[in-house]
Amino acid sequence: MKKFTWVQPDNIDEAQRQINAVTATIATGKTIQGAAVIKAGGVDLLDLMKENIIAPAKIVSINALPGLGKIGFDEKSGLRIGALVKLSDLEENAEIKKHYAALHESVSHAATPQIRNMATLGGNLAQRPRCWYFRSEDHKCLKKGGTKCFAQEGQNQIHGIFNTEICPCVHSSSVSTALVAFGAQVEITGAKGKLRNVPLAEFFVSPQVDVTRENILERGEIITALTVPAPPKGQKSWYIKQAAKESYDWALADAAVVAQMSGDTIKDVKIVLGAAAPTPYRATAAEQLLRGQKVSEKLAVQVGTAAVEGATPLAHNAYKVPMFKAIVKECVLNLV
Amino acid sequence: MRKEKFPIGIPGVNLREIEREVPVTEPPAWPINDKLKHVGKSVKRTDAILKVTGKAKYTADINLPGMLQGRMLRSPHPSAKILSIDTSAAEAFPGVKAVYVLRSNMSGAEPKGGEDNGYPEIKYAGQAIAGVAAKDGQTAEEALKLIKVEYQTMPFVVDMDEAREPGAPLVFEQQVEQEETGGGGGGAKGLEQQGNVRGPSTKSFFGGPRGDVEQGMAEADVIVEGIFRTQVQTHSALETHGIVADWKPDMLTVYASTQSTKGVRSEMASIFDLPESKVRVICEYMGGGFGAKYGAGNFGVTAVNLSKISGQPVKLMLDRKAEHLAVGNRPNSWQELKIGAKKDGTLTAIKQESYGTAGIGLGAGVGRVAQAVYECPNFLTEQYDVFTNAGPGAAFRAPGNPQGAFALEQLIDELAEKLGTDALELRDKIDNSVVRKEERRLAAKAINWSRRKKPGSDTGVIKRGIGVAQSTWPRLIDIDSTAEVRMYRDGTVEIRSGVMDIGTGTRTILSQIVAEELGLEPEQISVKIGDTLFPNGPASGGSKVSGSITPAARNAAYKAKQEILKQAAPKMEEKAADLELKDGMIVSKTSGKTMSFKDALKQMRTSQIMTSASREDDYGGFMVGTFISHGDLGSVQMAEVSVNTETGFVKVEKIVAAHSCGRPLNPMQIQSQVNGGVIQGISYALYEDRVMDKNTGHMLNANLDQYKIAFSMEIPDIEVINIEEYTARSSTDAFGIAEPANIATAAAVANAIYNAIGVRLYELPMTPDKVLKALNLV
Repeated sequence: MKKFTWVQPDNIDEAQRQINAVTATIATGKTIQGAAVIKAGGVDLLDLMKENIIAPAKIVSINALPGLGKIGFDEKSGLRIGALVKLSDLEENAEIKKHYAALHESVSHAATPQIRNMATLGGNLAQRPRCWYFRSEDHKCLKKGGTKCFAQEGQNQIHGIFNTEICPCVHSSSVSTALVAFGAQVEITGAKGKLRNVPLAEFFVSPQVDVTRENILERGEIITALTVPAPPKGQKSWYIKQAAKESYDWALADAAVVAQMSGDTIKDVKIVLGAAAPTPYRATAAEQLLRGQKVSEKLAVQVGTAAVEGATPLAHNAYKVPMFKAIVKECVLNLV
Repeated sequence: MRKEKFPIGIPGVNLREIEREVPVTEPPAWPINDKLKHVGKSVKRTDAILKVTGKAKYTADINLPGMLQGRMLRSPHPSAKILSIDTSAAEAFPGVKAVYVLRSNMSGAEPKGGEDNGYPEIKYAGQAIAGVAAKDGQTAEEALKLIKVEYQTMPFVVDMDEAREPGAPLVFEQQVEQEETGGGGGGAKGLEQQGNVRGPSTKSFFGGPRGDVEQGMAEADVIVEGIFRTQVQTHSALETHGIVADWKPDMLTVYASTQSTKGVRSEMASIFDLPESKVRVICEYMGGGFGAKYGAGNFGVTAVNLSKISGQPVKLMLDRKAEHLAVGNRPNSWQELKIGAKKDGTLTAIKQESYGTAGIGLGAGVGRVAQAVYECPNFLTEQYDVFTNAGPGAAFRAPGNPQGAFALEQLIDELAEKLGTDALELRDKIDNSVVRKEERRLAAKAINWSRRKKPGSDTGVIKRGIGVAQSTWPRLIDIDSTAEVRMYRDGTVEIRSGVMDIGTGTRTILSQIVAEELGLEPEQISVKIGDTLFPNGPASGGSKVSGSITPAARNAAYKAKQEILKQAAPKMEEKAADLELKDGMIVSKTSGKTMSFKDALKQMRTSQIMTSASREDDYGGFMVGTFISHGDLGSVQMAEVSVNTETGFVKVEKIVAAHSCGRPLNPMQIQSQVNGGVIQGISYALYEDRVMDKNTGHMLNANLDQYKIAFSMEIPDIEVINIEEYTARSSTDAFGIAEPANIATAAAVANAIYNAIGVRLYELPMTPDKVLKALNLV
């Protein structure tokens, strides 16, 4: 790892003054004099540096910024999570467990207890993909400003089954799968304290828009919070992550289902698949099947099948299709 | 020689006595374990506290005055000729003290010398090229980037199937050799080499083909056959390879994480043209090796050269990426196996053909499981090595055997099903081993085999199943195993040997052996090991440490005992022959007179007594040469799994592992070691897989993030059953357990999966992907 300097500002203006690059830009090989990047928990950043994907000159730790480490919940206004809240804090939060079961499930299956103690929510949303070509310094892929996607003709067993034409990387935040299903919004603070609130679903960027990055964050912008709408009456949710292993592993397939129920009947529902596409994937056809219906085993199977409609699996990942069918079905059955 | 009566057999099964001739310098026979005080008891690890408190110093913890940090430059290309190397910028970089360019490649098959321009050809991505020593690691890393290497890239092949094709890029253009080792590395000399394929190898230390396979197949009533594939597994020891080299004009000292201190010494002496007396190798603590940590290695040669050039000690530890790429792996395999049997189960023929790639190395056979576990008059094996542009394989915990067992034990299961026989009943019929019979009985009881259902008969999404697999492993011995026992006038006792403790508890068992012989407590024995200044010990490989060094240790303690009794006898007015050591006292068997052991030591003629003993031949002789004892280390493992038939996810719920290692010395340590073997076996069965990109020639998961290894949640309930089995072949009658612990697990899991879902998996690792394919869901 290359030598770097370290600063830890105690106010957001100073932090923004110091930061002059996003990791996506320097990972493409573009030279930025004295590149200074943001660090929260450092989980992903340190990996990228160890893997020689980026070599920033300066690390700007935002851990001393005030007010970003709190979780607030109100039955009327909903949930507000500071960007520096650790995944382990989310996991232990009783209100999240009670009102947002799918979020609790997704957080508690992420990484390992040790990593969850360090990883922040903001960092989790802004992390880069785990595609092994992207993570290998020996492969200059599209994401790193290269001219080729090695996964298309190569080993693509961990890649996506939707929107695979340009770069079949999947977003690795499994927490996002649940958050998108809850209709979460990201609060981004720009220069001079300018705030913008963006639906999380629109925070992510598809390869068609810009293959070198996964989100809309511009230089100097910092995620400051994430808000989740108050749970409507009758909200039920579930989340399942399927990985190769149960401990310390990335999802091969994960799914969140958030429904508004009236008795056994589903009034409204969102179904989101993770590890399926470059961004969290809304299975709208599957949602349509469920709306206004009573949950049954037969319907759950149909919903699972509908969720993977239109999938375009690659040479080595067709197994994800039945896997998604199975976990979506299980999530739906878990609602009742 | 004198005659001694020894216990032989398995207590509760066939325990009896046998008379053997024993050299007069060796002690009387020990009774079975329940009559001994320390041996066979779960004595606490003597270094447990040091290890868990971080006080035990591993190679990476060694810090010498003036020590530099070394780093290595590795090839980014899978196949290339090096045209030139310019190190001037790196040498001029501030803080750099030495730069060294390798002139030969230390690992893989020969020839590995330099090309015309003195640089070895690059044959895999990650191959070591040069090293830098600098004041700190970051400086060394930055200097590596300043080394200018001009490559001429060449065609490569990393996929074994493609490498077998005619016209595939040639990894070696000339005939190559790699010396065969008892542990399974290397290959037989002079085998035919065509393209990238070398072989077949048809023989092992235990002999070659038997009978006439074609006739055996013709006589068969039932034939089962299949093609099986296993993956490349990297060793992934917790502690990476590494060395601290300290070149001084009068002595080269190296601290190395190694499985053989004496092996590193002789190799370093030969490479640097030094007498062995001027090379000292130290390995006090070790964080695992599994077969990959032998010899000097490219990194070791580099570190010593860097120390020689700079005149300062150099530490060079490998990172995880280099571990995966360059310092060993378990070769993959493609195996076609065919077994013929009579209606009553009697085997008539076994035919095996295999291909495997150890990258640029040899040794990709599938072991002798198929040859040795079952009685069968007609047997033929043809095992081929296939060269690919990948890091060299290395011996890995029972080389070839988990691969071979995966195929053999699944086919034996299939045979049982075809014959309408229970899988255990068939094995009772065709397996002559008394030990495995008892192991089957005990394991079946522990896992409750009688509840096993018909394959795939569970209803519901999640189906459960139970399976069994067996293994054999030779009782390897290294007769170059010597221990020295010292008694000091202050009452202390010490044992010294160059043997390392790879992490299995060698220190503890040595203290138990000496304490038992001298009537002391294990904590009274100071154990000094892992240093070539001590007498040569065995290498920690082939499961041979316990069988090799403990008889030497006991015999050395016995000699020291004779000496102290001889000196104490006149003072006690007794005959030495009437005295014995018991509970810290010298006791006369005739008069009951006593003298404390400490008092006797205080009155020694000299301030210390030193005796040593080496591993003598087995009582009654060895089975093969001077390195394989009679009998085997047989094991039976049973697995219970659950399979989600919609997601393809397999969970191992329980493993029962029944093992034999002769006289068990420390049941708790044996249990630990078997736990480790089983966990590694589950990891091999379900998760681990080196992923190579065919198009670019690179390993894609050279980390512990995407190279998946069993962690806490993947570890099932493991029940270890250890059988006492006496064979009366040495003064301790003990053997190792490392390798047997690992062989049968994957095969047992495979058979359990079949029992759960009624569909057989022929390829490792058995991931959700493969399960879903087998279930026709993909």
